[in-house]
Amino acid sequence: MPKNDAAALMTGTIPFWNDPDKRAIIYQILTLAAVGAAAYYLISNTLANLARQNIATGFGFLQKESAFEIGESLIRYSAADTYARALWVGVLNTLKVSFIGIVVTVILGTVIGIARLSTNWLVSKLAGIYIEVMQDIPILLQLFFWYAIFYENLPSPRQAMAPFPGVFLSNRGFMFPVPESHPAHPYMLLAFAAACVAVWAMQRWARKRQARTGRIFPVIRASFCLLLGLPILVWTLFGAPTQMDAPELSGFNFNGGLSLSPEFGALLLGLVLYTAAFVAEIVRAGIQSVSYGQVEAAEALGLRPAMVLHLVILPQALRVIIPPLTSQMLNLTKNSSLAVAIGYPDFVSVANTTINQTGQAIEGVLLIMACYLCFSLLTSLFMNWYNKKMALVER
Amino acid sequence: MDERDVADMDEIKPPKSQTGIIGWIRQNLFNGTFNSILTVITLFFLWKTVPPLIRWFFIDSVWTTGSEACYTADGACWSVISNNIRFILFGLYPHDLQWRPLIAIALLVALLAYSRDRRRWRRSLFYIWATGLFVMGLLMKGGLFGLENVDTTRWSGLPLTLLLSIFGMVAAYPLGVLLALGRRSRMPAIKSLCVVYIEMIRGVPLISLLFMSSIMFPLFLPEGLTINKILRAQIAIILFTAAYIAEVVRGGLQAIPRGQYEAAESLGLNFPQKMRLIVLPQALKIVIPPTVGILVSAFKDTSLVVIIALYDLLKTTQSVLSNPKWMGFSSEAYIFIAFIYFICCFSMSNYSRKLERELGAGERH
Amino acid sequence: MKRIGLCVAALALSAFLAMPAVAGETFDAVKAKGFVQVGVNQGLFGFGMADDKGTWRGLDVDTGRAVAAAVFGDASKVKFTPLTAVQRFTALQSGEIDVLCRNATRTLSRETSLGLNFCQTNYYDGQGFLITKKLGVNSAKELDGATVCVLPGTTTELNAADYFRSNGMKWKPVVIESTPELNKAFFAGRCDSLTSDISQLAGIRAVAPNPDDYMILPEVISKEPLSPAVRHGDDQWMDIVDFSVLAMINAEELGITSENVDEMLKSKDPKIQRFLGVTEGNGKALGLDEKWAYNIVKQVGNYGEVFERNVGADTPLGLERGLNALWTDGGLMYAPPFK
Repeated sequence: MPKNDAAALMTGTIPFWNDPDKRAIIYQILTLAAVGAAAYYLISNTLANLARQNIATGFGFLQKESAFEIGESLIRYSAADTYARALWVGVLNTLKVSFIGIVVTVILGTVIGIARLSTNWLVSKLAGIYIEVMQDIPILLQLFFWYAIFYENLPSPRQAMAPFPGVFLSNRGFMFPVPESHPAHPYMLLAFAAACVAVWAMQRWARKRQARTGRIFPVIRASFCLLLGLPILVWTLFGAPTQMDAPELSGFNFNGGLSLSPEFGALLLGLVLYTAAFVAEIVRAGIQSVSYGQVEAAEALGLRPAMVLHLVILPQALRVIIPPLTSQMLNLTKNSSLAVAIGYPDFVSVANTTINQTGQAIEGVLLIMACYLCFSLLTSLFMNWYNKKMALVER
Repeated sequence: MDERDVADMDEIKPPKSQTGIIGWIRQNLFNGTFNSILTVITLFFLWKTVPPLIRWFFIDSVWTTGSEACYTADGACWSVISNNIRFILFGLYPHDLQWRPLIAIALLVALLAYSRDRRRWRRSLFYIWATGLFVMGLLMKGGLFGLENVDTTRWSGLPLTLLLSIFGMVAAYPLGVLLALGRRSRMPAIKSLCVVYIEMIRGVPLISLLFMSSIMFPLFLPEGLTINKILRAQIAIILFTAAYIAEVVRGGLQAIPRGQYEAAESLGLNFPQKMRLIVLPQALKIVIPPTVGILVSAFKDTSLVVIIALYDLLKTTQSVLSNPKWMGFSSEAYIFIAFIYFICCFSMSNYSRKLERELGAGERH
Repeated sequence: MKRIGLCVAALALSAFLAMPAVAGETFDAVKAKGFVQVGVNQGLFGFGMADDKGTWRGLDVDTGRAVAAAVFGDASKVKFTPLTAVQRFTALQSGEIDVLCRNATRTLSRETSLGLNFCQTNYYDGQGFLITKKLGVNSAKELDGATVCVLPGTTTELNAADYFRSNGMKWKPVVIESTPELNKAFFAGRCDSLTSDISQLAGIRAVAPNPDDYMILPEVISKEPLSPAVRHGDDQWMDIVDFSVLAMINAEELGITSENVDEMLKSKDPKIQRFLGVTEGNGKALGLDEKWAYNIVKQVGNYGEVFERNVGADTPLGLERGLNALWTDGGLMYAPPFK
């Protein structure tokens, strides 16, 4: 009696446990209730524990004086500053090592990935061994290894190695001269920003013109000139200041110049060598994903090798490469948290000290998680934007 | 074409320069100017680095001496390993009972070797594993059959590393599959819960979860109830790995064509049956390579428990290195445990490649 | 098949789940589970460190043993949990350990905002600087611009920051979580100086490849009363831990050692009779066996013995008694009357 069934379905006389929609609602309510109950249980326990043992709570400590010193900082910081500023120093240090690490990793990873595909047997095999070995050894172990190598083998500051005049390498770090600060520098930065905008506009214009007339504009060369030329122009206008701030040995250590500490060096080296192995695999897979027919077709159209690479291979390979590459970049950022084990003051390390000084473990761990969640959220926003931009437009 | 002609064609061999060792070298190392230069540079680099390394590693090295001999030796000091091997491998485990973890590890290796062959993957294998794990646990913990009880706080070294990784993998896998199914669910509440969980865990470093387990989690529990440090770290590792497995499995689920789902439904299978009999067997097979990748990194990540003062393989090694007698031989000790990690990870990924080939071959007939 | 799995899982779990230790009734919980769980340093020679056989040794370790001797009459009924600096207070707060003997400095903020109470100090320490003699520095005042190795999150870190700030000097800290790694970095010359409690500096100097290359600067920049700690609001348990330490001090004052304690039982001195439980009363008051102090002295020793065994002149640390001598010898160790 199909008619009756249909009627039953409409009037809802069939038992609710056989109705998928209602069952779904019940499942969901049950799950939510279970999760809610668990959360309530844990939170109420925590509050009870904190209250009973008279443990301080809340984020009020952020405004208190931190009273501890941090070894290296991108901004001015002293023990008289607040915890909030100390943590900010940590965030900047994390970003510093991650940013430099990502740039170097992408370059090194690409080189190794291409080497893996090389027709040269020796080079390809070496790249293969590198990838396999690096991927199979824990990153933390690698960090310890490099750090031990750094401080066990580098000389003390008084016997520092000086590969070039003004550049020193010792177990206090790698010191090199930088231009002494001058009023020209902010303007040079401004000029560089202006050049970036100009390059962007030029590229758009060039692309439109090529689409319209078919004439090619030497975008790369022009961009290069703009990016270098504008800041240099500003620099000459200010009288070309060449005063350098060079490191000098005084007392225990070098003063002046810029220095990269052994902790930073070991962390950077470990992260780069480890992540580059993964990036190399991604690059290799990306390049292999473009079939050789594409290259032949492009050549048949008369494109020069550079253009084949630029117009045919790269756009297709990048579509395969970019998503896993981003997740590797994120991995590198997350792995930089292992800095705590070798004494580089990254965010986790500073937060760790904060937890210890204030005794507020919950707030500290929440801050760590929130910070890294922000990083990954920003990355996935970028990824969504990129995916939308790169999505195949099928006709 | 008659036979003579064929014989004649056989006579015409490729030029000498194309065959044999010389041919191979020409083809693989010196084809073109760029490659030739590359080869020469690489060879020069190898010639500069490999012989000194080999001399350091084998020829000038000392193997079983005391630490004094190490300070005068030019090469590697492998004595740091041979003198402390028991502490590195078994850590705080009672000295005279260390045969027990040794047997447990041997048993584990035997079990792994036995299950390598896919033809043995039957229900009986499950029983064998269950018994094996039980025996291993009994050997470690004791307390039955006249074995002396050893407190879990003294479990350390290689057994702890293996324990954390094996139970981490075994428990994370089903949890990850559940999460993946939840994320693909049509029920909005369940789906969003799973999405939030997966994305949150994947967004934070493992070390923050370990911190949570070691310094925050104890405050979550009701007054008086505490959970062992090792178990807390184990839970953190499981929760972390499960989120990554979930994403991989989701990829597999998405790759199964809709027709399979519809066919299963039209056969009248309910949800668990559909998943268990039709979808998951296919989906999980597709994702074997990435899953092994995740298991390998889970294994490597167990080394992070060093930071919360669990005495795993890395921590016991560091303990040895903090002994003034052996200070300064970090490279040797780290190379040794790197080798242990490498062997484990390499055999895992190697096996996954083999499995992939076998499963792929099975599909093609 | 499922049942076997469940059994294995249940067995595995039971190996890990600890007995409930209810704060407020720590004593009862400890008695019920049959051992004292003590949080100790993960590797600090002389205070808390596992030797190559996996046995824990040190002054703090012996303090934990004394508590076990008082509670159970058996100093071996104790388990040790190695803790990092960050973990130590949470481990105590959460009930994972019953008493924390991990060279923790007693401070006002810790006592008030961390939910714990400190007991009788078992080592009076102060912070100093260890340097290489090669530097040619004779005073901490000359350390301007130095790179200093320091353990994170300890009072040490704050004291050093305070010291350099108040003397208008610049410095660069190198902060590494684990003591062994930090020491290694210092010996390799990563830092000009290492700052820590002087007892620790002596230990670190003692284990240096060439101890004569290093020296401890004369300045003592802080007070560090290292004390065992218990959870806030558990008075009976606090009394027990407190008096376990005091009993070791009192025993030394009375001249009772682990060797002569049996003869001392026959002593006619009422103070000794009360102390060793020959005259009953003290044990009952604490809720312990009347032999509690006897057990501590017999099995662990008096304070002097424990000191000499772990950090004294004959150990690699070679520490003087100094502030930790009895008050009668000009130190700070002073036990209240046991009556």
